[in-house]
Amino acid sequence: MALIEVNKLSVQFQTPDGVLTAVNDISFSLNRGQTLGIVGESGSGKSQTVLAMMGLLAINGAASGQALFDGQDLLTLPATALNRIRGNRVAMIFQDPMTSLNPYLTVERQMTEVLEFHKGLTRASARVRSVQALDAVKIPEAARRLDMYPHEFSGGMRQRVMIAMALLCEPEVLIADEPTTALDVTVQAQIIALLRDLQRDFGTAIVMITHDLGVVAGLCDEVMVLYGGRVMEQGCAESIFYHPSHPYTVGLLGAIPRLHQGEQSLVAIPGAPPNMAQLPPGCPFSERCTLADRHCVQTRPALAPGQPGSDGQAGVLRACHKTTIEVLHHARELGV
Amino acid sequence: MSLTAPLLTVRDLKVHFEMKGESIWPWAASRWLKAVDGVSFDISPGETLGIVGESGCGKSTLARAMLNLIPATSGRIVWQGQELRGAGPQVWQSVRKSVQMIFQDPLASLDPRMTIGQIIAEPLRTHYPKMAGAEVMQKVRSMMEQVGLTEQQINRYPHEFSGGQCQRIGIARALVMEPKLVICDEPVSALDVSIQAQIINLLMELQSRMGLALVFIAHDLAVVKHISQRVMVMYLGRTMELATKQAIYQDPCHPYTQALLSAIPTPDPRRERHKKLQLLQGDLPSPINPPSGCIFRTRCPKAAARCAEQRPELRALNADTQVACDIV
Repeated sequence: MALIEVNKLSVQFQTPDGVLTAVNDISFSLNRGQTLGIVGESGSGKSQTVLAMMGLLAINGAASGQALFDGQDLLTLPATALNRIRGNRVAMIFQDPMTSLNPYLTVERQMTEVLEFHKGLTRASARVRSVQALDAVKIPEAARRLDMYPHEFSGGMRQRVMIAMALLCEPEVLIADEPTTALDVTVQAQIIALLRDLQRDFGTAIVMITHDLGVVAGLCDEVMVLYGGRVMEQGCAESIFYHPSHPYTVGLLGAIPRLHQGEQSLVAIPGAPPNMAQLPPGCPFSERCTLADRHCVQTRPALAPGQPGSDGQAGVLRACHKTTIEVLHHARELGV
Repeated sequence: MSLTAPLLTVRDLKVHFEMKGESIWPWAASRWLKAVDGVSFDISPGETLGIVGESGCGKSTLARAMLNLIPATSGRIVWQGQELRGAGPQVWQSVRKSVQMIFQDPLASLDPRMTIGQIIAEPLRTHYPKMAGAEVMQKVRSMMEQVGLTEQQINRYPHEFSGGQCQRIGIARALVMEPKLVICDEPVSALDVSIQAQIINLLMELQSRMGLALVFIAHDLAVVKHISQRVMVMYLGRTMELATKQAIYQDPCHPYTQALLSAIPTPDPRRERHKKLQLLQGDLPSPINPPSGCIFRTRCPKAAARCAEQRPELRALNADTQVACDIV
């Protein structure tokens, strides 16, 4: 059985303007040592998906469906049982390390607390473990740094502290919500290398949320592309990057400025990200899709396996009325 | 170097900030933060200079100093033959007719209480107070159309627009003056990928239509590659490398440029998983107390003992590349 199995996860928010569905029918599974990349633009529902799994939704949010971790449904577990899993067997790294560390407590207090609570260690032995963890994420002079406050660290260092903290209990699953978005590229490269090492050494399963397809390419085995709270395309990294079969994936890949490419101009996706309160009845991407017709606007395409036989398409799920061949042809025209 | 006279020449520009009140002793000498420390470059008409560096390298301070939004400490800024440093407000006012700026945060740089029409018209009303209202509105409308906004949106307020549209408004406001040079300070960093591409394409299209020169500041070398003819790489307030696009992307000379380039993740799993990463160690040193000699030596994979002794000056390596490194 897979370590994590999410079935038809939906997240809804009660807002003054009515019910807003941020995440719609998302399913995926993840094995030990695997990495899943969740990609999408702002408002696509990628963060809400994992927040729902961790029981961290805002007060007006509610999740439905199933999120099984080791056979237990995280969505229905009582808070006490959930607390034994969160931070212990499933840990999370947040995007902004400054706002997710407590500014009033030293790093030592924040780290030892985790070990005292989950592992029942004494403060002294928890301290020793914390120094080891900071060492492991390559923080220089870890023993001295441990007694500092978060504001005394730089942005990259704070993100390392967050990672060290998440890894204290050697979690089986690590959920990283845009862990490198706020960082410089050279620091981002350090953090990604670090995550890769940790996965190799401990066999941690990683759910990586990002809008940067480059980060996904380097780290992820499986990729899920979200738009308007729905899965557009889902499959192994190789097929998503080399044979994108959904117009949105094609658009995303075409819009990225690349280093290793000639002078061709960027292929922008027209329009703007969708207003979640006013999604079209059909495909959420139909408003911006150059291939869309009336059928796309009116009827929502189901997430279904791509046509078998076309190259590199084994195991890919896609939600599009157009045939795989049509989209692959479109991609080739755009030079993606 | 092109044959035409440069639009803007910057020589040995320094912007230093005094760190007041750091010591409890009032007589203690205050320390200085050298945000920009001796930067020189030229911009020719119609060309794009990309400026790249990590956060804290002084690229935004440099942009602001070029327009005197932050006064420079020393150095020269020459606009079409006219020395600007130390010039009075009237001179700057006239220069700003032809040098405009686009800011990073699209929403924060628009006044929330003004309509789009008022925002785009404001530079015209400031610089040409005698221009007839009808002419102003006609220019505003034509500019809105050129940046992809519709005429119906003229009476709306900034909060009604998405980030990408706000950036279009910012671009319209800068270009309505028909400037010769536009300084873009990370204009796409806050935007989603699909919108980034729209804005970059729009800037390039407007540039060729209006013959603009651009200074394009970004922290992402891949973004800069698409738009620039020359690229300047900055680190802790100093220029590390200044080269043509071909040179910098195909044959980067400075170890910092090489590290920056290798750190950019590319959306290509096979390449990305097998590439040799040239990881930089550690973090950016404090700009208040920078390392002796070459400021990059503390993180440089090629640093030698002599790098600590003497600060390498920017020197021409060949026709295409200037580099501040004594080892290459």
